[in-house]
Amino acid sequence: MTETLQLHTRTLSRRSFLITVGATGIAVAFGGLLQDASSASVAPALEGNYRPNAWLAIAADGTVTIVSPASEMGQGIMTTLPLLIAEDMDADWHKVRVVQAPSDAEKYGNPGFYGVQLTGGSESTRGYYKMLRLVGAQTRKIILASAADMLNVPVSELTTEPNRVVHARSGRSLEYGEVAAAGALPDPLPQATDADLKPSDQWRYIGNLTVPRIDIPSKVDGTAIFGIDVQLPDMLYGAVLRAPVQGEQPAIIDDAEARTVPGITHIVPLPYGVGIIGETVEATKRAKGLLKIVWTTSSRIRNYTSDRLLEEYRRIGRDLAQSGVSAATEGDAQTAISKAATVIAVDYMSDHVHHATMEPMNATALVAGDTVEIWAPTQGPTGTQGFAAEVAGTTPDKVKVNTTLLGGGFGRKAEADFIIDAVSLAKAVQGRPVKVIWSREDDVQHGKYRPLEAQHVQVGLDGDGNIIGWRHRIVADSIFARTMPQLFESEGGHDSVVTEGAHFNYAVPAHQIEYIRRDNGLDIGFWFGVGVGYTRFGIECVIDEIATAKGVDPVALRLELLKDQPRARKVIETVAQMAEWDRQRDGWALGVAYSDAFGSHCAEIAEVSLDRETGEIRVHTVWCAVDPGIAVQPRNIEALMITGITGGASHALFEQINIVDGEVQETNFDTYRVIRMSEAPDIKVTVIPTPEGPIGGIGQVGLPPIGPAIANAVARLTGGVRLRHYPFLPERVLAALNA
Amino acid sequence: MIAPVKGTIAMTAFTINGRAVDLAAEPDTPLLWVIREHLKLTGTKFGCGIAQCGACTVHVDGEPTRSCITLLQDVAGMEVTTIEGLSPDASHPLQQAWIAEQVPQCGYCQSGQIMQAAALLKSNPNPTRDQIVEHMDGNICRCGTYVRIISAIQRAAREA
Repeated sequence: MTETLQLHTRTLSRRSFLITVGATGIAVAFGGLLQDASSASVAPALEGNYRPNAWLAIAADGTVTIVSPASEMGQGIMTTLPLLIAEDMDADWHKVRVVQAPSDAEKYGNPGFYGVQLTGGSESTRGYYKMLRLVGAQTRKIILASAADMLNVPVSELTTEPNRVVHARSGRSLEYGEVAAAGALPDPLPQATDADLKPSDQWRYIGNLTVPRIDIPSKVDGTAIFGIDVQLPDMLYGAVLRAPVQGEQPAIIDDAEARTVPGITHIVPLPYGVGIIGETVEATKRAKGLLKIVWTTSSRIRNYTSDRLLEEYRRIGRDLAQSGVSAATEGDAQTAISKAATVIAVDYMSDHVHHATMEPMNATALVAGDTVEIWAPTQGPTGTQGFAAEVAGTTPDKVKVNTTLLGGGFGRKAEADFIIDAVSLAKAVQGRPVKVIWSREDDVQHGKYRPLEAQHVQVGLDGDGNIIGWRHRIVADSIFARTMPQLFESEGGHDSVVTEGAHFNYAVPAHQIEYIRRDNGLDIGFWFGVGVGYTRFGIECVIDEIATAKGVDPVALRLELLKDQPRARKVIETVAQMAEWDRQRDGWALGVAYSDAFGSHCAEIAEVSLDRETGEIRVHTVWCAVDPGIAVQPRNIEALMITGITGGASHALFEQINIVDGEVQETNFDTYRVIRMSEAPDIKVTVIPTPEGPIGGIGQVGLPPIGPAIANAVARLTGGVRLRHYPFLPERVLAALNA
Repeated sequence: MIAPVKGTIAMTAFTINGRAVDLAAEPDTPLLWVIREHLKLTGTKFGCGIAQCGACTVHVDGEPTRSCITLLQDVAGMEVTTIEGLSPDASHPLQQAWIAEQVPQCGYCQSGQIMQAAALLKSNPNPTRDQIVEHMDGNICRCGTYVRIISAIQRAAREA
């Protein structure tokens, strides 16, 4: 059983749009999220008999139940997406109830993201936006048709107010609940087109600062149900002792002592470890500690030492004789650079980092014959169906996935390893659900880390300091080669997520981006921001290095390079005003960075100080201006910028996974350091919507600029000392200061 | 299937959210798992198991306590309060402030954050920003909601 995340994709291109609304709603069951934990197995159906389509139902009391198709991992998506339907159907938001979609990609797959249920890539709002607004508009037309019939008036004379159909001429009106109770669905159902969408000046909810997130009340009183909270009748617990090095297997299993722990029911050898099943969590943990395993020693990962490999990647990046695949080529950068008056040639690098979601990996599975039911905090219900089917020896359609709330995702919960654990153990007991919970040590040591990477950036400047050529070489292993091999193959060995963000919107006459893959076998994965998190580190620091070489202000240089892009200029000008860019600070300095990744414009300025004795950097305040195009929930966008900035500062300053001979050295939060309240900056955010769109992604947008903003501030504070290696550990800062 | 080994399991009596319980579990079982899996009060979260993150914070006789390193036997005869027992209806000023400031993102750490903050306001109803940060520094939020947590504690102190 290989642990690859092969998405069971339908033949839909990434951006193709297929609208399938209009199919009569089918009674579907939903895994409940906001109910009592002990009844999580009792799946409530959509409430109400009036079902215009698969996305909602209206009950006689006016309650509108809307399906949320994406995984809620903190980004607010279970408010955002239902809100789009509510907008165009003119629902009263106070009467909206949200239920999580079952695993059913045909109905609920993201039309803008392979047509599957996979939450990631800052693709959910972008991908579903148009379709869900059309679903809302179609629903409104259906309600109007039903109401016209009930009132015996032409549809053209009807209008709507929230949850109400109004016939102004007669002064009569019908609540949506009344239509639901007594109205008949029209046959055929009317369809909606772009012409039926509400113009932006009539939006009630999109862009509204006062709409609260629907999940928040349950997250302050302990009632929110995350994967780890699932409780089912007759449930057993599972723990897995995993091989210390990826790819090793148990060679000899001595479970004599483990078996004597009261409450242990099964010990299950797995291809990658040993599973334990028992009546209590504590029994499984105790027994796990008593297992004596001799592991195989044949894995190639035993050759993996991250420090040594990073040095190798750096050498390869600099060695222009070693060519990779082209990620993008515009003009002839090489020739331009060879004729340049000045060449800036620098390396930027980053260590592995781990997701460390606050909720460790876990999943619950029930296997009975050829059917499988799963309760899990997963970003990818569709992929989960495929993997579970493979383990259980059945087909994906026999696998039902109940997506719970996720206690953080950041890409880690798009993987299937924790799902495979639960299904493997549940298969061994048959007929009883098994909840598998990873320890934090399991979680830290068996992550799917962000790739180790080195970048070599060469920029040629003419005699006036103008950029004439930009060459960007990225050396790293591939994520897609493991997770989406067909895509990797079809793109000729270019991993577009590893090089993501290398392509920018600055005006340069010649631009060449190369990807040089190093296949060292470690399972690396999608981490918050993925490639953008490091490519923009290199790019935005180099922009400042160019400003220094040219003797111009870094904000002014960016504005000049973006002179034809008003939205980009606006966020940079705004953030410069917010931070009072031109005001000198005594002993502190500002640094700026900008990103257009994920289809949104984001500029950040960090205010930092530095302890030159210890090498410790302190980030005091961060200002951020962001233009996401259509800002569906501006207040939540502010929250997501806070998440990106705080998390981005954490990884730029502290986070580091070290692997020595294949073994991860960090174990828990005592060794894998993440940012704490006393280290977190104060953050000021301005959201600048562009209501005419297009709509940008937002989940990961806040992260990429913060690291380079900090590095640029340190350079301005120290007369040009550059930090070029994430994380900026004190010893690295001291080494740079003393270089 | 392993033939079950019969253990002799001691009973431990304590109070949780005002309810007396007499629980059959190994006395050295971490209180966290007793709360979550024996008593099914899942608002208290597992984050690290070594008192490094604060997600498991409950009150034991009013003191903020990391339930992941507290053993069942340690709370015999004592009074444990979890997020479910902080208020009967989410009406605690901190819970209200958490909603007003829209603090949670993923929300997983927030029970622990609120329980930690509740202990602060009990002993210091008007903490300074520095006192808040010092008191809360053991609670990790991976979504980085720290600035909103600070605002919410300040709001609760103001409005309580």
